[in-house]
Amino acid sequence: MTVPEPSATAPVAPIAPAASSVFEGRGLTCIRGERVVFAGLDFTLAPGEALLLLGPNGSGKSSFLRLLAGLIRPAAGTLSWNGAPVRDDREEHGARSRYIGHLDAVKPVLSVAENIAFWVRTWSPETPDVPAAVQRGLGRFAIERLSDVPGKMLSAGQKRRVNLARLIAAPAPLWLLDEPTTALDKASIKVLEEAIAEHRAAGGMVALSTHSEIALPGARTFHMDEFAVDSASAWDALDAEWEAAKT
Amino acid sequence: MNALLAVIRRDLRLALRQGSDSMMVVAFFVLTVVLFPFGVGPESGILERVAAGVLWVTALLASMLSLDRLFQTDYEDGSLDLLTMAPMPLSVIVLGKVAAHWLTTGLPLILAAPVLAVLLNMNSEGFGVLIAAMAVGTPTLSLIGAVGAALVLGARRGGVLLSLLVLPLYIPVLIFGVSAIDAAVMGFEYRAQLLIMGAMLLVSLALCPWATGAALRQAVE
Repeated sequence: MTVPEPSATAPVAPIAPAASSVFEGRGLTCIRGERVVFAGLDFTLAPGEALLLLGPNGSGKSSFLRLLAGLIRPAAGTLSWNGAPVRDDREEHGARSRYIGHLDAVKPVLSVAENIAFWVRTWSPETPDVPAAVQRGLGRFAIERLSDVPGKMLSAGQKRRVNLARLIAAPAPLWLLDEPTTALDKASIKVLEEAIAEHRAAGGMVALSTHSEIALPGARTFHMDEFAVDSASAWDALDAEWEAAKT
Repeated sequence: MNALLAVIRRDLRLALRQGSDSMMVVAFFVLTVVLFPFGVGPESGILERVAAGVLWVTALLASMLSLDRLFQTDYEDGSLDLLTMAPMPLSVIVLGKVAAHWLTTGLPLILAAPVLAVLLNMNSEGFGVLIAAMAVGTPTLSLIGAVGAALVLGARRGGVLLSLLVLPLYIPVLIFGVSAIDAAVMGFEYRAQLLIMGAMLLVSLALCPWATGAALRQAVE
């Protein structure tokens, strides 16, 4: 009779990674107007990871990013950071996420430096040296010489770079970028790719939607049209879920 | 607190560089008040009696003028999305924006009011109370107006809708503002009216930023 020998490869409890923050969504459903844009979407983002959102116009890339930013409420499903629901503490979520949308939020009568400085002050109020942070952002996207130029004199690409410079000037772990390459020239796209790579190397997370080529090595790709659903059946499912929640 | 100051500073800077809004408000206030002597006639007894009412009604309308711009530009250029995501309660940001709005539109009204009171032949007994009532009343107007401005964001013809929403809510300020001045002119006690106006200011200070924040979240969704 053989004695079962003690397994040499006893399962070792997996060690939690050092920066253990995880951004997670389960069963996310988004409704815009009367239309169910996507339903039952799950995702996980760990430090250093990236999410690439692809899909035709209207497939819900922007809605998904706004949902991640906490700007839209999911019709169903939960969004959590380290297991804690994001909706419980919006301010905390605001502090750790940076959203770059279609609109550049550059005030025409403020200079480039003033524009960025304002967002540094509101997003990271404890920044010790605001002008230095602004210069860091400007330097990253090679727009130092525009520092004193008022927003109304900027071209579309320059505005976009001002918008992106905020990511560097007021750092945060989660970047949500909605078609960040729009209006950028090739050299600036390259700079953006480098900035994203550095951000990920430092343990940051990125969710990015795009129609153009952008190098995002090792990113998980979501084709948003795969989550599109037949609106009628999705509504039925939601009704059932809401009924269940009521009782 | 720093963020509150940052919002106030930014909005003041925007207002001063664009400049037109506060000038427009004061110009409207002055012009409309000046119309009354022409319309009512130079008979001093009549003007004197309606002076307080004219000043307050015109001030209400003037402060309405700039309200629809309060959140509109931020809404259009995407700043509002980013402001609602800031790591602080949205009501703090709203408070900052309302404070800047009051400094650029309410404060000039207070400064212009005594001069116009002279034009309307108001009894000089009422000047001090006019300024005091305006100082307590105009911040209330800005706070109430902010709720309306946030609610009509994204609506077509928001300006018209805004006046329908907000003007009825201005009526208490109007009633007590006029009655304080009238009481002072006639030599009666006017403290009670001012205290009630102070109470209205405190209530709107507590409720309006919160309500405005909720409306703004709805608007960006």
